[in-house]
Amino acid sequence: MRSKVVIGRLFRNRQARYGSIALILLVALAYIGPFLGSYDWTDKDFLAFLSPPSADHWWGTTTIGQDMYAVTLRGMQKSIIIGLLVALISTGLAAVVGAFAGYFGGWVDKFLMWGVDLLLVLPSFLIIAIISPRLRGATWLWFVVLLAAFAWMITSRVVRSMTLSLREREYVLAAVYMGIPRWKIIFRHIVPNLSSLLIIDATLNVSAAVIGEAALSFFGFGIQPPDVSLGTLIAEGSRNATGYPWLFAFPAGLLVLLVLSINLIGDGLRDALDPGSNS
Amino acid sequence: MGKYLLRRLAINVVLVAIAASLAYLLAATTMNPRAAYEGRQPPVAEHVIDATLDAYNLNDKTPVLERYATWVSGVVTGDFGKTWNGGSVNDEMGRRIWVSLRLLLIGTVLGFVIGVALGALSAIRQYRFTDRFVGVSSFAIMAIPVFLMATLLAIATYNVNRGLGFTLIEYTGEYNPRLSGWDQLLNRVNHLILPTISLTLGSVAFYSRIQRNMMLDVLGQDFVRTAMAKGLRRRTALTKHALRTALIPSATYFAFAFGTMFTGAIFTEKIFAWHGMGAWLVDSIHQNDVNSVAAVTFFTAICVLTAAFLSDVLVAALDPRVRVS
Amino acid sequence: MSILQVRDLTVTFPGDIQAVRGVSYEVSRGEVLGIVGESGSGKSVTSLAIMGLLPRDAVVSGSVKLHDRELIGVDEDELVKVRGKSISMIFQDPLSAFTPVYTIGDQIAEAVRIHQKMAKDKAAKRAVELLDLVGIPHPDVRAKSFPHEFSGGMRQRAMIAMAIANDPDLLICDEPTTALDVTIQAQVLEVLKTAQRETGAGIVMITHDLGVIAGMADRVLVMYAGRPVEQGPVDELYYRPRMPYTMGLLASIPRIDGEEGPLVPIEGNPPSPAALPPGCPFAPRCPMRIDSCDEEEPPLTPIGGGRHVACIRSREIEHKGLTGADVFPVPVIPPSDVVRVPREQRPTVLELDGLVRHYPLMKGAVFKRRVGTVHAVDGISFDIAEGETLALVGESGCGKTTTLQQIMRLEPPQGGRVVVLGKDSAHLDRAARKSLRGDLQIVFQDPMAALDPRMPVGDIIAEPLRAHGHKDVAARVAELLSLVGLAPEHAERYPQRFSGGQRQRIGIARALALDPKLLVLDEPVSALDVSIQAGVINLLEKLKNTLGLSYLFVAHDLAVVRHLADRVAVMYLGKIAEIGAVANVYDRPAHPYTQALLSAIPLPDPEMERTRKRILLEGDLPSPADPPSGCRFRTRCPKFARLSEAERRRCVDEEPSVVRLASAADHGAACHYAEEIEVITASGDQEEK
Ligand code: SF4
Ligand code: SF4
Repeated sequence: MRSKVVIGRLFRNRQARYGSIALILLVALAYIGPFLGSYDWTDKDFLAFLSPPSADHWWGTTTIGQDMYAVTLRGMQKSIIIGLLVALISTGLAAVVGAFAGYFGGWVDKFLMWGVDLLLVLPSFLIIAIISPRLRGATWLWFVVLLAAFAWMITSRVVRSMTLSLREREYVLAAVYMGIPRWKIIFRHIVPNLSSLLIIDATLNVSAAVIGEAALSFFGFGIQPPDVSLGTLIAEGSRNATGYPWLFAFPAGLLVLLVLSINLIGDGLRDALDPGSNS
Repeated sequence: MGKYLLRRLAINVVLVAIAASLAYLLAATTMNPRAAYEGRQPPVAEHVIDATLDAYNLNDKTPVLERYATWVSGVVTGDFGKTWNGGSVNDEMGRRIWVSLRLLLIGTVLGFVIGVALGALSAIRQYRFTDRFVGVSSFAIMAIPVFLMATLLAIATYNVNRGLGFTLIEYTGEYNPRLSGWDQLLNRVNHLILPTISLTLGSVAFYSRIQRNMMLDVLGQDFVRTAMAKGLRRRTALTKHALRTALIPSATYFAFAFGTMFTGAIFTEKIFAWHGMGAWLVDSIHQNDVNSVAAVTFFTAICVLTAAFLSDVLVAALDPRVRVS
Repeated sequence: MSILQVRDLTVTFPGDIQAVRGVSYEVSRGEVLGIVGESGSGKSVTSLAIMGLLPRDAVVSGSVKLHDRELIGVDEDELVKVRGKSISMIFQDPLSAFTPVYTIGDQIAEAVRIHQKMAKDKAAKRAVELLDLVGIPHPDVRAKSFPHEFSGGMRQRAMIAMAIANDPDLLICDEPTTALDVTIQAQVLEVLKTAQRETGAGIVMITHDLGVIAGMADRVLVMYAGRPVEQGPVDELYYRPRMPYTMGLLASIPRIDGEEGPLVPIEGNPPSPAALPPGCPFAPRCPMRIDSCDEEEPPLTPIGGGRHVACIRSREIEHKGLTGADVFPVPVIPPSDVVRVPREQRPTVLELDGLVRHYPLMKGAVFKRRVGTVHAVDGISFDIAEGETLALVGESGCGKTTTLQQIMRLEPPQGGRVVVLGKDSAHLDRAARKSLRGDLQIVFQDPMAALDPRMPVGDIIAEPLRAHGHKDVAARVAELLSLVGLAPEHAERYPQRFSGGQRQRIGIARALALDPKLLVLDEPVSALDVSIQAGVINLLEKLKNTLGLSYLFVAHDLAVVRHLADRVAVMYLGKIAEIGAVANVYDRPAHPYTQALLSAIPLPDPEMERTRKRILLEGDLPSPADPPSGCRFRTRCPKFARLSEAERRRCVDEEPSVVRLASAADHGAACHYAEEIEVITASGDQEEK
């Protein structure tokens, strides 16, 4: 019932509507698009190096003759997957850590928040940058874990402070007085009532992770070749963006559109889920 | 109060120590400063490399914990050791901090002031043209990552300059060392234009969103109504009562941004070729520069904690409700 | 001559929500007009419309004339000359009504300087004078305090000071005392009367409390669903209401001078302003409804004597002299079997012996540190026999909620003993504690907060059943729902779909799920509108009698307590001041605090209110972190003030404990100089005799 109301309100919100449409189109492009093109992203066309967009190579080709259309979409797939996974992991972690710290208080709280502080103090860019090139052989999932590990702390603090106030809510007290175990109360009464915050946060985390991945890859600290992501493509393209603009324009444009559409949805969700806020 | 501060200080010291140690150990175990010497032409004898690395406390043949101990004993006396090629980390840091500061000061302040003003304005004009315009622009800007924005600006300037046939706006470096006096000052200002724009746009977008939300929260509150019931005009009530109250959260963000300003702006510095703290972070990794990595971490940790403290102090100063009476 | 003339005022919010639908009234100099109505009746929106303070998307029409100058539709330049100068407004919640970042003195001085050319320092001085006028001690020091450093009562006084800063002709008070405790309410009402004397202003008093209106107003306007339904001089309206809604309202209020027994409930809920019934808006709830009531909305028609009524059967009501109790069906509540056994022979379900709860007092949100110890509960003892209701009453900060939490936690207390159904909470293991929880349940104050908004009602009620491993949960849920007067189909809905009264019933159903023996009721009706309250109180009474429950009833509303409780314990600053059977404590209170408390409660009876003598308390509740030595009440005790120096010594040095009074079997007070007197009906003349 409530979800229907929320979805209804989401689509009445113009920002969110445009955002969702754009996102659906982008995802479709990333996953269906490759079947429409005539080249695979691993193919190399030795007759066309650095050729501008044409009927054959829609978005032009790279220095080594890869089809830019295929490569870019492949990169976008990776960026989307990374964004989703990072958001899922980091928001989940934030919810659990924040809710436990807030609900149990005492030394559990002290210990967890201390960990949060430590992670906040560590320069995440630096740590990821040192570790990730060493993961060259390993799967890119490690990179996702690394990104997620540095993305949850602020949210968990917010979750914690909201839990502190939820803890005193009468329905939580009622559950305590019924004799329900505390961990069950957290998952039954606390986390669901933070769902608005968590959904919004997860959405915005997707775009943050997409940007984060791109930023790290920009310096070569992210996704490692031969694999590609929007970040690696932009890095490559920006080096000679003036001479061969198609190398830069397509990945950069898609990245901006992707982030923009997700942010629009996130902001629209905030309106739809939280009638009190005007944001 | 004194006791509270002491406790907080102690916790922070421990945090900084752990963070820096972690970074040192991580860097010392994964990085390979030897590589920079091994690949040389003509080749350098192994014992020479060993001697050099030993002198810099970078030799991977020495057990990590031993190197760590040496490093710690240096750090407690305020010496962060040597860079990969023997320079003093302290000197390097001292120089770079000021570079970052010169780069960031204007952008940070400008971003806050303009952002807050636009945010407040769009809250007051909610759903009207100004609001929509500011909203859409800030969304668009926030969707463009800094490195992209900086690259775009650099490309655009390059084309403008080429079209004009002379360098109207500089887009790399901090200044032209060949100039002096007023010319050099002007040249410095010119070099600042692009990075400042790229930094300011982002923070304007950020602060305008925050300020708009805060302002909207406050606008619906009773005290704004009271102020108008007293006979204040809407505009006066909004600036004197609503904005003053809604400024508190943005100001704390600003305090935080101000404190972390010294740690530099990685992308802006790299792309516009300023040799500040942010660029150092990237360079030191590329150069396998263990001691610099640890020093950057140490410094960042201190900045973050100081910034957090700064913003707490600012809240207390601005908001009588949290002040200790 | 009338200062303010309102004609056909309507306010419509976007979405075609007609919040106010044609309000007309006049106020003259020195006159007090009371506007009564339940939440959502449009009473506050009306006053904001007059001030021009509604949000911009609200559409206002009709006419508001101040001294014959039209206020609707004029531009801001004109309005700002009137606001705060000719008309001032006092808001309900004085904490949010002050800007948190400026001092009280500055905010009052600002109000002065807007309308009077005055130097800054002069305005500041004037602010101090105004604070002095409304009775704030050390006004020169307090003017420099921030709003959050004031207590609720002081803030409301400051609000009044700000409102009268420019000698207004009209004061609009929007629920000025709703957020305050009764003794503070009495003080603030007194200040308002002073303010009126000083300024000679007319007052529009908006409230839901019929008692407050009875004591203050000259004329009364009753609003329902955005319209006035009855209007007239206060005595006429209270003693001879001519409209079923007013009649029901007056009959449904519990009174401290009232009898035990069922209250008159008004069934149903007020209509939502977006979906009004076609004819008389009260028709769906009206026991006198006839078919022609649904045809069109009855207009407000004059019936002589300055009275107006909007009801097609008002003549008939007048002829037959009907009252609320005649018209509204009063439920029959079966008597309890348990009480036939004398109290001493019944088992004790709850016993508290010297219960203590202290906690650290922290200061500062950023720089947190401990600055002292709050003596929230400092040694209280009482017991509850089976089938009995004990009410724990007191004002905010007296420790009643802490007491209740200590009982519900079922953990070893810091000091003293809590014995529930013969089991000492200090010697419970995990399993025993869990099974005891089934016998001890709670109903919370706020029906919004007490139910998890993300769970359907069925799951909410089933939660305790599942937690205790019951089988056949669905059938039990249905049974419980019908027990509290809801339909079993309601199980699938979410709490948001229910009104306040219904939610409270759901809360009661959940509490009853495990067949408890003792139910703790934490202010169960204080968040409900008067017309809804009566139904819930009756339900609680019925459940107690039929299911043989015992209640511990925590409340600040002494009138509700009188109806529901058998015994009452009055708390002050973490201690029991007076305890005993309801009749003894209410009719012959012996502790000066109880006396003040009872005399502060306004009665919905204009004549009695006019002649009643109030015992006003000085100042605010002292901080529970630093309670006074000896008798904790001595800083505000009116009796202490009258004692001789020698007698006072005892109050200062020796802490009184609860002593049984000689004259009654069940009545004790913690005062060295306890003396039973009658206060509820005491009038000024009686005192002189
Ligand atoms: S008009 Fe009819 S329904 Fe309305 S109050 Fe009168 S009798 Fe009741
Ligand atoms: S003991 Fe003294 S101060 Fe306390 S209530 Fe009695 S008379 Fe008043």
